[in-house]
Amino acid sequence: MSFDRYEKLAALVPDEVVTHSQVQDIDLPHGGGTLALITLDNGLDHTKPTTLGPNTLIELGRVLEGLKARAANGELAAVGITGKPYFLVAGADLSTVKSLKAAEYGALMAELGHEAYNLLGNLGVPSFAFINGVALGGGLEVALAADYRTISTGANGIGLPEAFIGLVPGWGGVYRLPRLIGPAAAMKVMIENPLSNNRMLDGRTAFGLGIADELLEPADFLEQSLAWAASVLKDPSAVDARRAGHATYTDGDWDAAAAAGRAFVAAKTSNAAPAPGKVLDLFEAGKNLTREESAAAECEALTYLMQTPEFHSTVYAFLDLVQKRAKRPAGAPDRKLARKVTKVGVVGAGLMAGQLALLFARQLKVPVVLTDIDQQRVDKGVAYVHAEVDKLLSKKRLSPDVANRTKALVSGSVSKQAFADADFVIEAVFEELNVKKAVFAEVEAVVSPECILATNTSSLSVTDMAADLAHPERVVGFHFFNPVAAMPLLEIVKAPHTDDAVLATAFALAKELKKSAVLVQDATAFVVNRILGRMFGEITAVFDEGTDAATADNALRPMGLPMTPFRLLALVGLPVGQHVQESLHAAFGERFHVSANQQKLIDAGIKGLWVKGEDGTETVPEPTLALMSRGDKPSDSAEVLRRTQDALADEIGRMLDEGVVSAPEDIDLCVILGAGWPFHLGGITPYLDRVGASERVNGKTFH
Amino acid sequence: MSTNTVPARTATGRRIRDVVFVDGVRTPFGKAGEKGIYAGVRADDLVVKCIRDLMRRNPTLPAERIDDVAIAATTQTGDQGLTIGRTAALLAGLPRTVPGFAIDRMCAGAMTAVTTTASGIAFGAYDVVIAGGVEHMGNHPMGADTDPNPRFMSERLVDPAALNMGNTAENLHDRFPAITKDRADAYAVASQTKLAAAYAGGQIQPDLVPVASRKEGTGWTLNTVDEPPRPGTTTEDLAALRTPFRSHGRVTAGNAAGLNDGATAALLASADTAAELGLPAKMRLVAYAFAGVEPEVMGIGPVPATEKALRQAGLSIEDIGLFEINEAFAVQVLSFLDHFGIADDDPRVNRYGGAIAVGHPLASSGVRLMLQLARQFEEDPSVRYGMTTMCIGLGMGATVIWENPHHPDYSSNAAEDAA
Repeated sequence: MSFDRYEKLAALVPDEVVTHSQVQDIDLPHGGGTLALITLDNGLDHTKPTTLGPNTLIELGRVLEGLKARAANGELAAVGITGKPYFLVAGADLSTVKSLKAAEYGALMAELGHEAYNLLGNLGVPSFAFINGVALGGGLEVALAADYRTISTGANGIGLPEAFIGLVPGWGGVYRLPRLIGPAAAMKVMIENPLSNNRMLDGRTAFGLGIADELLEPADFLEQSLAWAASVLKDPSAVDARRAGHATYTDGDWDAAAAAGRAFVAAKTSNAAPAPGKVLDLFEAGKNLTREESAAAECEALTYLMQTPEFHSTVYAFLDLVQKRAKRPAGAPDRKLARKVTKVGVVGAGLMAGQLALLFARQLKVPVVLTDIDQQRVDKGVAYVHAEVDKLLSKKRLSPDVANRTKALVSGSVSKQAFADADFVIEAVFEELNVKKAVFAEVEAVVSPECILATNTSSLSVTDMAADLAHPERVVGFHFFNPVAAMPLLEIVKAPHTDDAVLATAFALAKELKKSAVLVQDATAFVVNRILGRMFGEITAVFDEGTDAATADNALRPMGLPMTPFRLLALVGLPVGQHVQESLHAAFGERFHVSANQQKLIDAGIKGLWVKGEDGTETVPEPTLALMSRGDKPSDSAEVLRRTQDALADEIGRMLDEGVVSAPEDIDLCVILGAGWPFHLGGITPYLDRVGASERVNGKTFH
Repeated sequence: MSTNTVPARTATGRRIRDVVFVDGVRTPFGKAGEKGIYAGVRADDLVVKCIRDLMRRNPTLPAERIDDVAIAATTQTGDQGLTIGRTAALLAGLPRTVPGFAIDRMCAGAMTAVTTTASGIAFGAYDVVIAGGVEHMGNHPMGADTDPNPRFMSERLVDPAALNMGNTAENLHDRFPAITKDRADAYAVASQTKLAAAYAGGQIQPDLVPVASRKEGTGWTLNTVDEPPRPGTTTEDLAALRTPFRSHGRVTAGNAAGLNDGATAALLASADTAAELGLPAKMRLVAYAFAGVEPEVMGIGPVPATEKALRQAGLSIEDIGLFEINEAFAVQVLSFLDHFGIADDDPRVNRYGGAIAVGHPLASSGVRLMLQLARQFEEDPSVRYGMTTMCIGLGMGATVIWENPHHPDYSSNAAEDAA
């Protein structure tokens, strides 16, 4: 049989968790005949998503062949496919796909999907997909291959995330989707959403876009899907009419969608990763191709991309780091040691303190007290939090009751006595060691001996801060990133005296705050700021040496970072950046360049190097340039890139030697979650390995 | 001296309103146990499917007009607990403004849900209600976790054997020696035959709600027909069955209802509300009664309940043109028929067969009787009055008398009242 040629592929994956294709004959209502219903089920509970691997697809293909034969015998009126609760299918098993080292096998995997899915649309009887839950990538493509689709209002996680993962929707998705829902909407699903933090659709939205023909509620989704299928078999005209509305487009629409997609990819990724471009190539070429011709191109693209380091790095970053390591932080003590936190104190009532208070009140739902040196500051701090809650309320992100509750939880005081019954007090005062030490001493005098004292410092020594306390074991670093509500990373800093119960509580708290925590040792600027600082140092150094701003700032474009260094510095604030840089310089010496030119900009009250002109182009204004004194040794882009790569490899090598984190995986997790560095770099260390920087600088690779 | 300037008010007066049975549905019934079609399915989900189908079948009824949801279950724990009328309403997607409650009168649960809410409609407390019942006897085996008061035994209040329904059926055979095992078996065979004929005539299927279920390793399937029926059963087949409650006894699995899973739900309304919303009136409630008997012969319960209901209605047994009597046991039906002088094979009785064939998921069955009677009313406008009746554990009977709106003499009392 035709699927025999894939057996050698299946043999490579003997441990695949096979998603079986279980068939039941259903008598359709009102004498509609027999619908053979395939349930995709891996036999595991709803915490274990169904996925697609070679064995799964071969089984599906053979089952479909059998059903095609039955249809030819006149036994069937239709074929349906659905999933176990909460999943249609979550998509290809990425670990398996990543493991297919040889191009020959990648090609086979691509062809296997096409061969199985195409059967679904060519059974000789109409086919239906009932999208009951998650349908991602190959999971949505199987539904697209069917003739008709229903979708549940309870379904979440609908999309084609391949461009984000480092692949293309190459099991027919890139061809079928634009023809179903129109090119502009398809571009949203295949490009915009994947490249916007891998956004996914819910059932209602997917239906609205035209991905499904009927929207049904979960309470009797399958029963109503089957009844609907019976009605469509009798008369498909209503479905056809609705489809025509979505799929009406011109050649011009197609070209415009492609152009918009190109612009979006360039803006989002600097074209640093190959996958989004390949999606667009296929999309553009597909306009005038037959499905078979497109399939061949899709297989070729998939085969190529499966071999790319960007895809492998993405799977590493996505599966190994974000999905796994972020959920089980390395080095976290036994969670049973964690203590309960029933009240939180925040020292300081400034902007950072307000953000922290809001986060603690919303997520922990315990009283939070802000303190500051005078009533005016306290009132302003509390008012900020209350105003933020009101904003969330007006956006309907909070109900009125929850808004009331959250506001009532946040209070202020000028006296630290208000912390007396707190279990956790975090300081967010001025970045000055003596100020912070004084604050901790004052708090310690009021609170219980077990109360945890946390610092949100970004550059000071946590150890020094704890030094003169009666209970230094209670001090821990709790380093958030700005904006606190949006950034998922929390660096938890263990000082030498920090005890396990405190650390365990910190990790438990991070989880409750819905942040991903990474354990770091007490070394200046910890992980993210140290790596960014080293990068800023290199870029400001080459600029100070005479490289023009555009060359210096755009040299890292091939890495596809979310923002160029000078733009990021302006966003962070030049004085803040300079302060961190000075701390790093003080701790580690000359390899962290402190730019005198940056200081001149700060002194002149300039907020950033680039200024947007009236025509939208960005330039460095002449007066800004005139302030600075720069050398006459410019570097070209390639030199700047290589120099920065080497600097990063050097710094990360040192951090691992010093034991700042336990493994390069933690470095990568930090830059992904704390700096938004792209998955296709694998964070950073897989990238440094593949460009040779690790070898050049450290004489060995990180992985 | 009162400073209140508002004149004292008198509450709005009450008048009794006519109650109509608008519609009823049920899930196909399953056999309880691991091999049954509903193994792994939740009882509350069965109710939810019924409620949603009722709403779909009656699109002119705005969901917010439902004033209460009464759902019966004999065992009110687990997936039948948590005030199942309320949970089922929420799970079915009815507005949160629609309240709900749970009811228990063992086998007559759904029937009591109907009579209780119907009384509320008559009184004017409700305009429209959903009433039904469920029993997943696979998830909740009969008698599990019960804790009978020891006084039942020590003071001889109830023979402990009476807590086992099969024993009470044997007791009934003792009381009425004329009801032999052969008669019971013949009645049971007829029940199977009549149900098979009703299926063949398409008289059962229109009120069944399809239920999807999924079993380990076999995928989703759709249940559209009852699982318990054994069409083609002969008296010879039944004669061979053992008598589990008594050696050389008379009660067998063949002449009794089985252990089953299923749910039912009905829509009731005041006659004027039904007219206002364009809802059909399939039956008009005439009278209902409950009665107690010795728990040891609980199967005789329908007799006094029926006499009481007839008395209230000013009717006699001859006026009843159709009987839907629950077949917990053949002997219990036969004792009723003998009492009223009705032949074992009287065509007015259980035209579609009964619980011996279709199954008896305890608290759900009352509404099954009603939706079948409603369909027979529609088929046979010559019948003016019909009856749904059933026996109840611990010695009770329940009877509801209905009037057929299709009958030429149908008196729409509602219209008179409203005038």
